[in-house]
Amino acid sequence: MIGTDIQNGYYQDHRRIENTLPGRKVPWLARLRSEALERFMAHGFPSSREENWKYIDQLPLKRRHFRPARAERPLSKDDLVPYLPDDHARWRMVFVNGRFAPSLSRLEGLPAGVTVSGLAATLEHEPAMLEPYLGRYADINGQGFGALNTAFMNDGAYIRLGPGAIAEEPVHLVYVASGAGDSVAHVRNLVVAGENSQGTLVETYLSLDDESCFTNVITEVISAQGAHLAHYKLGQESVRTLHLAGIYIHQGRNSQYAACNVAGDGQWVRNDLNVVLDAEGGDCILNGLYFTAAHQQVEHHTRIDHRAGHGTSRQLYKGVMDDHSRGIFSGRVVVHPNAQKTDARQTNNNLLLSENAEAISRPQLEIYADDVKCAHGSTVGYLDEEALFYLRSRALDEDHARNLLVYAFASDILQQITLMPVRAYLERRLANRFLKGPPSEA
Amino acid sequence: MNRGQGMLSVTDLHAAIGDKPILTGIDLEIKAGEVHAIMGPNGSGKSTLAYVLAGHEHYKVTSGTILYQGRDLTRLNPEERAREGLFLAFQYPIEIPGVSNIYLLKAALNAIRKHRGQAELDAMEFLSLVKEKMEWLSMEEDLLYRSVNEGFSGGEKKLNEVLQLAVLEPRLAILDETDSGLDIDALKLVAEAVNRLRSPEHAFLIVTHYQRLLDYIIPDYVHVMSHGRIVKSGGSTLALELEKRGYAWIEQEAAREAKAGAK
Repeated sequence: MIGTDIQNGYYQDHRRIENTLPGRKVPWLARLRSEALERFMAHGFPSSREENWKYIDQLPLKRRHFRPARAERPLSKDDLVPYLPDDHARWRMVFVNGRFAPSLSRLEGLPAGVTVSGLAATLEHEPAMLEPYLGRYADINGQGFGALNTAFMNDGAYIRLGPGAIAEEPVHLVYVASGAGDSVAHVRNLVVAGENSQGTLVETYLSLDDESCFTNVITEVISAQGAHLAHYKLGQESVRTLHLAGIYIHQGRNSQYAACNVAGDGQWVRNDLNVVLDAEGGDCILNGLYFTAAHQQVEHHTRIDHRAGHGTSRQLYKGVMDDHSRGIFSGRVVVHPNAQKTDARQTNNNLLLSENAEAISRPQLEIYADDVKCAHGSTVGYLDEEALFYLRSRALDEDHARNLLVYAFASDILQQITLMPVRAYLERRLANRFLKGPPSEA
Repeated sequence: MNRGQGMLSVTDLHAAIGDKPILTGIDLEIKAGEVHAIMGPNGSGKSTLAYVLAGHEHYKVTSGTILYQGRDLTRLNPEERAREGLFLAFQYPIEIPGVSNIYLLKAALNAIRKHRGQAELDAMEFLSLVKEKMEWLSMEEDLLYRSVNEGFSGGEKKLNEVLQLAVLEPRLAILDETDSGLDIDALKLVAEAVNRLRSPEHAFLIVTHYQRLLDYIIPDYVHVMSHGRIVKSGGSTLALELEKRGYAWIEQEAAREAKAGAK
């Protein structure tokens, strides 16, 4: 194989670990991995000439070889307590550097029809369960990182809601990065929601040390007819981390999927969401919130394919950029020829707190059907001076007034969050950063 | 501060937006306990005077002095003015989505109390105070939990300004065309609230285009502004005269006097 030194480095890594990968003797799985590795070696990482990867050269991803992450020491539950101060989740899976840690997890009392397990164990023991879904929706052709994830595919969360199964409480997935610098963890999640099932997932990404750990995630979500899923993804990683998540959602008839992505503080956070509404009446909500500072770069790239009629999609992304940071939103909605009565709306609002901060907003609509309702809007602005004056004329000092307006800017995302512990967590996080006094009354 | 003590003393005040002069020599004395009305045609500088007093950055004081309770007001930023008891009820109240009315009221009141060395009110004390003032204005309680002015009707916005005024009990309250856009019932509520707050310690400066509000809030003094200056001052009957005769005669009178002065 001929590739760059960096590519060859990953190739050598793969040679070293391929005999340890779960389900390595399963033919379809071995083929999936080896094809992905070939893809990666042939195409490498994306070029900055590609519109969606314009700023990749400013990141260390193509210059440095990130080695497989290994925990320096075993973690205990106490290590996580400071990061999960109000963790009351009944069901929790913890992953350390992408590997399921049963001793840190609790999964007792799951309802009938609900499976929550590590992907590696499932690949090893029940690969046939996964064959119809795994790798079927994730894109390994587009950008190298997906191919790399698939080639190294090992562990992550496997969640299956059987037909009609209802997980009344959320399943909390906690991903802990605890490696040395320049290490990578490939996380692979698979969520299969059967007909008329219901569930809520909360993903939290943490880093315990301030190292340049790279977390490369692929999550595939397959939602059958009538399934309802709520999916929160909360970044809590420290400033030197790199985070990329490719999230692929395939929705059946009348299914509902609601996502809320809140970016963490890492130097690079990127969430790519790809939704296919493949049958009539699918409904999806994608919300996102990001607060960037220093030289951070946070990107959200969404693509929603309305492939069938009577589908609804709503996107609301809000970004607040400070210092020299950059926030990127690129959203594409494609309404295919037979997707009549589609109702799609996309909004991206950006607030700049510094003259050196940058907001890039690229909403795109491609409509090939004639009886549809589609709207998109994007704004970039600074704080409203008249509102600031109004608040100051009511005795609030300037900092308080500014922070209150930033808090208010984010609040409509918060108000859409129906899962109270998540909302409370975010309100507190925002209040700590932007507000004096109790957030509950703002 | 007691009745008769100087509250606001404006001397030969000039102010501009950018290079454009708007106020061209205002003289005004307001003592504690007094209600002053400022009337005048559109563009005469009434609202500019209100904004200058509140400390809006777009308006630059180019010369003259403003003493508030004996201190140079222009040295205070807007929040310091508010904490010292100055309040402007905005002609066009600002909508602030995501900030609830109750949060703003409480933050404002506590900032002022803290400045005065008073303890912050606890939640119960605060709520009962606010509810009492809302009753004065016949306001529905749910307005407290809505975002500041967002989706409020024109009348609700004005009442909301007066609610803030009633809760904060400023020493000098400036009402900038609070009456415009109000129906007669709302106008009476606003007037009643102001009359309740009248006291030997408090002063009011009521900027209005029409005499209507002054039927219900009887001012001690009426001033007429034209082209950035106060051109005539009188008692409450001046407002009635303006209602009958309009502003033109005063402007003509002022122009004649200016000419005579120039000779």
